[in-house]
Amino acid sequence: MAMEIAVFSPRRLAARLAEGIDGTLLALSLLLVTLGLATLFSASYEYPGRVLAQLTNLCIALVAMWLTAQVAPQTLMRFAIPAYLLGMALLIAVALAGDVVNGARRWLYVGFARFQPSEMMKLALPLMLAWYFHKHEATLRMRDFAVGAVLLALPVALIARQPDLGTAALVGAVGFYVLFFAGIGWKVLVGLAVLGIASLAPLWSLLHDYQRRRILTLIDPTQDPLGAGYHTIQSTIAVGSGGVTGKGWLQGTQTHLEFIPERHTDFIFAVFSEEFGLAGNVALLVLYSLLVARGLMIAANAATFFARLLAASITLMFFTYAFVNMGMVAGILPVVGVPLPFISYGGTALLTLFVGIGILMSVHRHRRLVQT
Amino acid sequence: MKFAELKDHERELYYFQLRVGVAGVAVLFAFALLFARFFHLQVMQHDAYASKAEDNRISIVPIAPNRGLILDRNGVVLARNYSAYTLEIFPALIKGLDRTIQELGEVVEVQAKDRSRFRKLLAETRNAESLPIRTRLSDEEVARFAANRYRFPGVDIKARLFRQYPRGETASHVIGYIGRINTRDQERLAELEVAANYRGTDFIGKAGLEASYQQELHGSTGFEQVEIDAGGRGIRTLARTPAQAGNNVTLTLDIKLQEVAEFAFGERRGALVAIEPSSGGVLAFVSKPGFDPNLFVDGIDPQSWAELNSSPDRPLNNRAIAGLYPPGSTFKPYMALAALELGKRTPKSAINDPGFFEFGGRRFRDSKVGGHGYVDLYKSIVVSSDTFYYQLANDMGIDAIAGFMDKFGFGSRSGIDLEGEAAGVLPSPQWKQTRFRRPEQQKWYAGETVSIGIGQGYNAYTPMQLALALATLAANGDMYRPHLVSHIDNLRTGERRHIEPTLLKRLPLKPENLEFVKRAMAGVNREGTGARAFANAGYSSGGKTGTAQVIGMKQNEKYDEKKVAEHLRDHSLFIVFAPLESPKIALMVVVENGGFGARAAAPIARTVLDYYLLGKVPEAALRGAGPDEEGAAD
Repeated sequence: MAMEIAVFSPRRLAARLAEGIDGTLLALSLLLVTLGLATLFSASYEYPGRVLAQLTNLCIALVAMWLTAQVAPQTLMRFAIPAYLLGMALLIAVALAGDVVNGARRWLYVGFARFQPSEMMKLALPLMLAWYFHKHEATLRMRDFAVGAVLLALPVALIARQPDLGTAALVGAVGFYVLFFAGIGWKVLVGLAVLGIASLAPLWSLLHDYQRRRILTLIDPTQDPLGAGYHTIQSTIAVGSGGVTGKGWLQGTQTHLEFIPERHTDFIFAVFSEEFGLAGNVALLVLYSLLVARGLMIAANAATFFARLLAASITLMFFTYAFVNMGMVAGILPVVGVPLPFISYGGTALLTLFVGIGILMSVHRHRRLVQT
Repeated sequence: MKFAELKDHERELYYFQLRVGVAGVAVLFAFALLFARFFHLQVMQHDAYASKAEDNRISIVPIAPNRGLILDRNGVVLARNYSAYTLEIFPALIKGLDRTIQELGEVVEVQAKDRSRFRKLLAETRNAESLPIRTRLSDEEVARFAANRYRFPGVDIKARLFRQYPRGETASHVIGYIGRINTRDQERLAELEVAANYRGTDFIGKAGLEASYQQELHGSTGFEQVEIDAGGRGIRTLARTPAQAGNNVTLTLDIKLQEVAEFAFGERRGALVAIEPSSGGVLAFVSKPGFDPNLFVDGIDPQSWAELNSSPDRPLNNRAIAGLYPPGSTFKPYMALAALELGKRTPKSAINDPGFFEFGGRRFRDSKVGGHGYVDLYKSIVVSSDTFYYQLANDMGIDAIAGFMDKFGFGSRSGIDLEGEAAGVLPSPQWKQTRFRRPEQQKWYAGETVSIGIGQGYNAYTPMQLALALATLAANGDMYRPHLVSHIDNLRTGERRHIEPTLLKRLPLKPENLEFVKRAMAGVNREGTGARAFANAGYSSGGKTGTAQVIGMKQNEKYDEKKVAEHLRDHSLFIVFAPLESPKIALMVVVENGGFGARAAAPIARTVLDYYLLGKVPEAALRGAGPDEEGAAD
């Protein structure tokens, strides 16, 4: 080791850096990020500082990815309980002493900065569930799935209470994927689906006014053109007016006349879609599909039950985010605060995504060596 | 065995991979769904959306609603709107702000005051599209700017509605004022989920009723769909949903009574609250000095703001609900009532008052040197014997006192429809526990109970609480929530909502005890400390004077008004209700550093009651002269 440092050679350093890095995943995610930066440049034309800030975020995220990729899945398992408990503690702290922004208690101040503990749960929950099912792998019974469901429901309920229904649903979805891949029975799944549909009516009565408005505006956005419907109306126009080839980079009128709200964060896809058109959208869908395919492949070849569950659920998390965000901008899903993975502006989300990529890389590096 | 395990493993892997396959298919299906939606929007409907975006760029322009009026109980307008031209700057469109303002000054008058106000607004407001550099332009100035407009891109004249308070300082603490929506207001509106209804609105209630009835007064924002060209300029209006004006708010307050009360105060500091005992409706609400709310409307200039804030008289402090005063001897009627109710005294109980009460080796002195001699319960109120109440407080104990006074609302917020009400202090051992930190400070000393009996010590209440307690006493124990608003009118639907009196509680007091205390208070105004102020009143009334110490006197020190700095002199208090049978008004006055209650506060109360019950306007007010020192000579 000492020798290695003493005899410094760029090639050796490059080899050390590349160790454990999956080229396909890195290439796909960097391609997506590049598209994101180009779109961000257009969306925040008046604030060129945002592109620089996002580049800084990217550097931090890449370092985090590299570090995660060096950690073996066996070691990750040890983080499952502490990460989950810490996440829960932070969520409870938010409920008790969080900062209220836009009417919801989501942020927590930690001395220098504020952050959303719900963001941490996006990885901590699948980690915890994967660990739990791995531990009971040999004897998985209904009871274990029930325990898993409770572990899933606790953070989801806390996040939903903030209220942040969008993130709650997404964290819930990621947890559900673990249950699904762990082998929850098909009959149970069908039963849950039926139960879910049956509980729609009572659930409706529990929703906040603004949440109901958002769903109602989805059906008819013109009902509330000043409020919730405004986002949907304007983003749909942006997407539709993009046409097959788009208006061209920096040429989006909806974007540059500032009709698109939150156009550098949650609604960045409207900008992308307006300027790059259907061709751009298809390219984006292909990139996401490849990313998901690579992730699922890694999961299928993972060495342990834990690694399989974790890799598969994180992969589907990428998919869910992309699907929900694009669906929201295209006006077929309600407006919830979900960023478009690798594209939207925002440091925390980018960090979570690249740590997820790092986990996939680590799982891939420690895959089953012998094909059976 | 080993084989079976391996087999199991393989089967498990097979099932997992099966599920991965299912997930893959689901992902493809979902993306196909998105593709279908994109295809629908970007190919099938592209022409429709393209024309919406390219040719008919529709902008939604909010139309701010007219703010509702505030009227007194007789329909006199206290807050209204008027239209005026303002010269507004769009900071985002301007390169050299200073140079532009400089050049504007050559066309219309721009004072240093306007400039500093503009700077302040610029610093306070986030995302503002335009900010006024000058308000209330004259027609000539409008014409002059119009001729020079080509020189000033990013500067424009707008017709805006302004708030105006025609009565100026009168009732300024009740009405409050509006001001520009700042970052903090924006955050609060976002929290309340009403931010959309404030698009296009620049002003919001900041104090008084303007703040507490903000939601009623605001109305709902309309919007216009305007076609704009590629440069963002409006071409024509496509659709329009008109704004709905805010509701008119009518008060229980009688502005003429208010004016008489404020006039009676003159330049003195203090507060006055008059309540209708049978409903809780507030008839007059004075906090002196006041301020001119019109100063705030365009955004107050920093100099006036500094003056209002740094004045030792603290004109922005709403003394009626946030000022805390010891009640002094106005506490005694409640002490007497407590003694009767709790069986600690009977109407016949009497003492011989030597002019002091000795307790724990300390002499608590009576305000009358040598004492009042033979004093029974009736006389104790009429002549305001301190010795009697020192002894009574000591006999009752602090817990019994605090328990009884709590029922009358002492030390709790009255719940009046204004923001910023203080709770006051009803002293008790529990209160000391929570108030102080060091154990030796937390202990309640028996000697402290003694001065509580004459309304001194830790006692500290708002004028509103003292008026509410009196109104409750006057209404034989019925406590109504004090309120300033009588009804709210929706001009569009013609619907009128009355604010019904809210009975907070009904105190179970014995009628003979109430009767006794009221009779003694009538005695105060007939033959006691209030007799001079209420001589030849022409109506029956029950009152009580109070003198609240601002500084503590040492044991053998004698309070000498002339030797004490003005702001350390005693506060003068007076409570009165009238007429004696079925009271129509319960009133509380405090004059800060006014000396004896009988001297400064009681004459103000008399003036207000004379107007309210007899319609008598003070002569000096008719002459148009300010109040002279006559009041102080009483």
